[in-house]
Amino acid sequence: MSRVPKTRKEMPLTPLSFPTVGSMGKTGTWRTFRPEVDYSKCTRCTLCWIYCPDAAIIRQADDSPKIDYDYCKGCGICANECPVKAITMCREEEE
Amino acid sequence: MMVTVKEFSKEEYLLKGHAACAGCGPAISLRLLFKALGNKIFLVVPACCTTVIQGPYPYTSFSVPLQNVLFESTAAAASGIVAALHQRNVKDITVVGWAGDGGTVDIGIQALSGAAERETDFIYICYDNEAYGNTGMQRSGATPYGAWTTTTPSGKRERKKDMPLIMAAHKIPYVATACPSYPIDFVSKLRKAKEIKGTKYIHILAPCPTGWRYDTGKTVELGRLAVQTGLWALYEIENGKFKLNPPSDRLIDKAKRKSVKEYFALQGRFRNLTEEDIDRIQKGVDEDWENYRAQTSCSASDATLHGKI
Repeated sequence: MSRVPKTRKEMPLTPLSFPTVGSMGKTGTWRTFRPEVDYSKCTRCTLCWIYCPDAAIIRQADDSPKIDYDYCKGCGICANECPVKAITMCREEEE
Repeated sequence: MMVTVKEFSKEEYLLKGHAACAGCGPAISLRLLFKALGNKIFLVVPACCTTVIQGPYPYTSFSVPLQNVLFESTAAAASGIVAALHQRNVKDITVVGWAGDGGTVDIGIQALSGAAERETDFIYICYDNEAYGNTGMQRSGATPYGAWTTTTPSGKRERKKDMPLIMAAHKIPYVATACPSYPIDFVSKLRKAKEIKGTKYIHILAPCPTGWRYDTGKTVELGRLAVQTGLWALYEIENGKFKLNPPSDRLIDKAKRKSVKEYFALQGRFRNLTEEDIDRIQKGVDEDWENYRAQTSCSASDATLHGKI
């Protein structure tokens, strides 16, 4: 991120974009439904991690998922694909 | 070579916070592409949803080299990059043309056909969401019969172009179809393609919640249903030898295929289908599968013919 030029003089001659986490900002704000993981049910199959289109599910050292709520768009694929239904979608404003 | 999901790298080259819609099928496909090939690749991307996924200038959510090119010139630009890498004696970079169905089936077909004829050593991947999704769902050559798009408001009246078989007719060494709902099949096909020299073509069915009008959580389920109903067959054609891959290989028997209705019921774009339309589509699917059955049984004799003409 530090490589992104700040002034016009630092800009390269041809249009060039730099890899940035959150190029569209915190996409978690797009979310209506929030996935919640029940770790007692989770079997560590890592399917939610591989199917997440936003790479917002972090696969931890023990293969359990950790959801990055800053970037999760709340599509619900993880909840739909979980074989043991350990992920539920809750409405954002509700607890 | 056995591949499992747990063996996939934890490294992410599609960075978080990209601009794809929630539940994007192409974004899952992109992640799987990076899981399969790592970051030693050079992506060539024409105008398509992937240019949107990158995010606004001067930021990009891709941490691999990527060149944005004109709509029709994916394969031509990729040929140039292959030549440049060859000239500089760079051997460990795989050049990947990554285009949507509009950029492959309609607009980019002549450049792709030319590159295949020149036997350019690259992988061309068409991710097919069955319309021009980037500009708001206009009909493309890959839109299936009966589907709603903004330019076919009462449903398309023509059939989908069979692009993988068009590419197979170029006698290229490897043609395959894949679907992100089957990640192991997807990744093993890409890894196999990487090892083969010559033009490789992979066609991916990537469900699009925005354009197909379904709940964002059903992307993977729809991809799976497309395969299970037989509307999308997973196969590979290696040196002219046709082979159905699991789970499609079990579906040759018609009784094992689900009814296409199950696939249509989930999607808003097929809401206008009449019973006659559904019968016609089911008949088309059954005909396709008769062809697959015929090709599977005679591919052994075909393999010897391939390359000698």
